[in-house]
Amino acid sequence: MTDATLTTRKPFLGESQRNGLIAGGVLALFIAALVVATQTGTITRNDWTYKIFVDPFVSMVDMPDLLVQTVWEGFVAGVLYSLIALGFVLIFKASGVFNFAQGIMVVFAALSLVGFYEFLTLTLGMPAGFVAAIVAMAGAIGIMFVLAVAVERIVLRPLVNQPDIIMLMATVGLTYFLIGFGEYIFGGSPKVMITSQLGLPTGSTMLDFAGGRVNIQHLDLAAAIIAAVMIAVLGFFFQYTRIGRALRAVADSHKAALSVGISLNQIWVIVWFTAGIVALLTGIMWGARSDVSFALEIIALKALPVLIVGGFTSIPGAIVGGLIIGVGEKIGEFYWGPLLGGGIESWLAYIIALMFLMFRPQGLFGDKIIERI
Amino acid sequence: MFYREAGQYKTTYQSDMAIFPLRQDRIGILIILALAYVAVPLMASDFILKTIMLPFLALVLAVIGLNILTGYTGLISLGTAGFMGVGAYACYKLTTLFPEVNILVWILVSGFFSAGIGVVFGLPSLRIKGLYLAVATLAAQFFLQWAFVRIPWLYNYNPSGAIEVPLRTVFGVAITGPTAAIEVKYLIALTFVVVLTWVASNIVHGRIGRSWMAVRDMDIAAQLMGIKLLETKLLAFAVSSFYCGVSGALFVFIYLGGAEAGTEFGIRLSFIILFAVIIGGLGSMIGSFFGAGFIVALPTILKFGLPAIGIAITGAIAEKIVVMVIGALTIYLLIVEPHGLARLWQIAKQKLRVWPFPY
Amino acid sequence: MRAPSATDIAAGEVILAVDNVSLSFGGVKALTDVSFDIKKGEVRAIIGPNGAGKTSMLNCINGFYHPTEGRITFKGETRPKMRPHEAAAGGIARTFQNVALFKGMSTLDNIMAGRTLKMNRSFFWHILRYGPAMDEEIAHRRFVEEIIDFLEIQHIRKTPVGKLPYGLQKRVELGRALAMEPEVLLLDEPMAGMNLEEKEDMCRFIIDVSNQYGTTIALIEHDMGVVMDLSDRVVVLEYGRKIADGTPDEVKRDQRVIDAYLGVGH
Repeated sequence: MTDATLTTRKPFLGESQRNGLIAGGVLALFIAALVVATQTGTITRNDWTYKIFVDPFVSMVDMPDLLVQTVWEGFVAGVLYSLIALGFVLIFKASGVFNFAQGIMVVFAALSLVGFYEFLTLTLGMPAGFVAAIVAMAGAIGIMFVLAVAVERIVLRPLVNQPDIIMLMATVGLTYFLIGFGEYIFGGSPKVMITSQLGLPTGSTMLDFAGGRVNIQHLDLAAAIIAAVMIAVLGFFFQYTRIGRALRAVADSHKAALSVGISLNQIWVIVWFTAGIVALLTGIMWGARSDVSFALEIIALKALPVLIVGGFTSIPGAIVGGLIIGVGEKIGEFYWGPLLGGGIESWLAYIIALMFLMFRPQGLFGDKIIERI
Repeated sequence: MFYREAGQYKTTYQSDMAIFPLRQDRIGILIILALAYVAVPLMASDFILKTIMLPFLALVLAVIGLNILTGYTGLISLGTAGFMGVGAYACYKLTTLFPEVNILVWILVSGFFSAGIGVVFGLPSLRIKGLYLAVATLAAQFFLQWAFVRIPWLYNYNPSGAIEVPLRTVFGVAITGPTAAIEVKYLIALTFVVVLTWVASNIVHGRIGRSWMAVRDMDIAAQLMGIKLLETKLLAFAVSSFYCGVSGALFVFIYLGGAEAGTEFGIRLSFIILFAVIIGGLGSMIGSFFGAGFIVALPTILKFGLPAIGIAITGAIAEKIVVMVIGALTIYLLIVEPHGLARLWQIAKQKLRVWPFPY
Repeated sequence: MRAPSATDIAAGEVILAVDNVSLSFGGVKALTDVSFDIKKGEVRAIIGPNGAGKTSMLNCINGFYHPTEGRITFKGETRPKMRPHEAAAGGIARTFQNVALFKGMSTLDNIMAGRTLKMNRSFFWHILRYGPAMDEEIAHRRFVEEIIDFLEIQHIRKTPVGKLPYGLQKRVELGRALAMEPEVLLLDEPMAGMNLEEKEDMCRFIIDVSNQYGTTIALIEHDMGVVMDLSDRVVVLEYGRKIADGTPDEVKRDQRVIDAYLGVGH
C-alpha cells in the first residue's frame, strides 16, 4: 500500500480515552449508589454485594498496615515479574522473536548457579563461601553465554524469516527442552539458593505503621535495588553504546540494519546473552524467596500477562506492567480471594491482562497496532 | 508397484472430491480398521492396550481438536488441557446426577459443555491474535484448573478432591469403572475416535474447513469473500473444544479411571498436545494420529524398550529424556519440516507411487 | 453478449457513486473530497502517481476503511459503515496489489472459497458431507471448474498457491474474485510485476470478463498503455484529490494530468 506511513485518525478524544471516561463515569455512579445503599441500609453486611464491593475497602481503611504489607508483597513480586518481562522485551525488540522460554531460562540459570556451587564445594572441595559463590556465578554466566550462542546457531538462524507463530512454537519447544535438560542434569528435587554465600542480606525489619506493623524482608529490599540498578545499566547500555545503537537499529528494521553492516547473528547472541544475565539475576532473587525448582515455571508464565499490560516493546512498560500485575494480584487474593475460596492468584493476572486487551490491545506503552492491507 | 493410480479415472466431481480418491487408500483404511477392531483386541496384551492404545485413543481426539484450532484456523491455544478437564468433570457430574442415562451419551454430551466454555474463552480472539491469544487461552487454562480444585461441587464434595469413575454398564456390559474389561474400553474408545475423525475430516474438507483455512492464511481477504471472522473463529473454538472435551472424558473414564484434584489437566498436558500437533503436522488429520502416537509411544519405548535391549534406564530419567526429546524434536521439525510427520508420510507415498522404477 | 459501447455507458445507470469522500489518518489526509461514479458494465480506471490514494479509495469502497466524510452509494443504497463482508454480500469483489491469496490452500480451494457466500447448507449436513451438502459442493465445483477453464489454469488445480509463480498467483486471485459472481470487480494493479506476455494474458481476461459477464470493473493500473486500451473512463487522483475525470482521450490531453505525471516545468 502506498500510504503505509499513515496512522489511524485521532479525534479530540481518542477512542481509548473516550472509553476511559465512560468507564470512569459509570464507576463513579456505581460507587455513589453503593455508598447511598449502605448508608440507607438497603445493603446489609451479609449481602454478597456488600462482601464484594464494600467490605474489602472498609478493611483496607480500617487496617492500613495490612494494606501496606500486601502492597509491598505485591510490589516485590511485581519487581520479579518485571525482570522476567524485561528479558522478553529485550529479545522481542532485537529479533522480533517472542521468547516463550525466558521464564524457564530464569529457573535454568538459577539451577546452574546452585549446581555449579554444589559441584565446586562438594566434588572439587572448594571451601564454601563467598569465593566459591562468585566462581559459580561466573560459571553460570558462562552457561548462559553458551546457551545464547547455541540458541542463535541451532534455533534462530535456520528459522529466520519464518512466521511469528512458528518462532513462538519453536521457543515453546525450547522451553520444554530446557525443562527436560535441566531436570536431567540437576535432578528434579528443589534446591536451596546460595543466598548468604552471595552476600545477600537475609534478615527482616519490622516497621511500626499506623498502629500495626509492616514486615520488610531485607532480601526484598535488595531485590528492588538490584532490579533498579540493572534497569538503569541496561538503559545506559541501549542509549549510549555502539552495540546499544546497533540493537535499536535492528529493532527498527532487520533489513536496514543489515544494509549498514550490522551483523544480525552477533546482535542476536548479544541480546540473548543479556537476557540470560537478566534471567540469572532474576533467578537468584527468586530462588532466595523460595526454593529453586521447575515448579517456578508456572510463576514464570505470569510474565506473559505483564507484557500484555505493558506492551511487548517497551522496557518501562515491562516494569510498570509487572508492578500492576504484582500488586493487583496480591490485593485481589488478599481481599477478594477468600470470597471465591482462595487461590485466585493463579489466574487473576491473566484476567487483568484480558481486561487490558479489551480496552488497550497495544499495552500501556506499546505502539499502536495498525492493520495494513 | 502396488500403489498406482493408473487406470483409475475420476469421472465425477464427487469421486474427485472424495477424502480417499485412490482405491489403494480406501483398501488401506479398511485394512487398518479391520486390524484395529479385530486383530488388536485379540492379539495385543493388556499391557499394550493399557499403556499405549487407551491413552493414544483418548489423546488423539484432543490433538485433532487443537489441530482444528491451531493447524486449520491459525489460532494458537495453550488451554487445551483446561477444556479437556471441562469434558471430564462435566461427564462425571452428569453421570453421577443421572446414573440411569447411557454413559456413552454423557461422554458425547460433555463435549458440548466444553464447546460452550471454549466459545466463552474464544471471544477475545476477534480482537487479538498470535501471542495475545495464547495468553488469553492461558487464562482459561489456569482458571479452569483452579475451578477443578476449588469448586467442591464439581467433584461431589469428595474429601480427597479426586474423582472416581463409577461403574456404568450398557446392555449389561461394564464399560467404565474398575471392573470393565480392557478390551471393551478399547473398542468403545476406538469407536468414538473413528466416528469423530470421520466427522472432523468431513468438516475440514467442506465450506467450513475452507473458511477456517482462509482465516488462517489471510484474514483480510477472507472477510472479502464474505466470511465473518467472529463466527468462523468461534465455530473453530466450539468444534475444537468439543473434541477436547470428549477427549478429556475418555481420558478419565476410559483410560485413567479417576483423576486427582486438578493435577491431570495441568499446563504441561496443554503443551504436550501442542507438541503432538506440531510433530504430527499442522493442519493434517492423519498428522494428528502420528503426533498423538508419537507422544504416547515415546515414553513407553524409552521406559520399557531400552531396558529390554539391555540399556539400563530408570523411569525417572526416562521421563526427563522424554521431555527433552519432545522439545528438541519440535524445534527440529519446525526447522526442517514445518508440516511434520504428515508431510514425511506424503513424501513416502509419492515415492511409493513410482516404486520400483523412480525414473 | 457484446461490449457496451461508449454511448451505452454514457447513458447507463450508475452502480456505484462516490460523493465528496475524504479519508484521514491522524491528521494525514489520504483522500480529500473525491467524487466520481462507476456506471454499470464499464471499465473504470483509477490512475495517479504513487501515494495518490488509489488503494485507499478501493479500501473505502469495499469497507476496509470508513470515509471520514462523504458517502458511497452502491446500487442506490448508502451505508454509513459498510463492513467488508457486507460489501462482499452486496456483490463487490476485489483483488489486491500484493497478492492476498490463501497460501496454504490449493488453487481449487482458493477459488472455492470465493463461493462461500453462495453456499448455505447448515453445519449438520457438513458433518455428514453427504446429501445436500455434497450436492452443493458439486454444483459449486462445476462453476469453479468453468472459471478454471476460462483462466486456463487447469494444470495447477491442486497445487498449493504459495508454490506458484507470481503471474499465476495473480490469475488465481482474479479467479477467486470471479467465483463470487460480483457485480463490481475492483482490481488493484492486476498487472504489477508481470512480463509482457503475462500482461497480455491478463488484459485478455479482463476484456473477456467485461464482455462475457458484463461485470463492472474498477481498475488501478500504472501501465498507461493498458489503461488507455482497456478502460471506458478514467479518473485521475493526485495527493488524494481528483484532478481529472473522463474518457482516456480527454484525460490524456488534460494539462493537470500531464503536469502530475511529468512534473510542472518551472
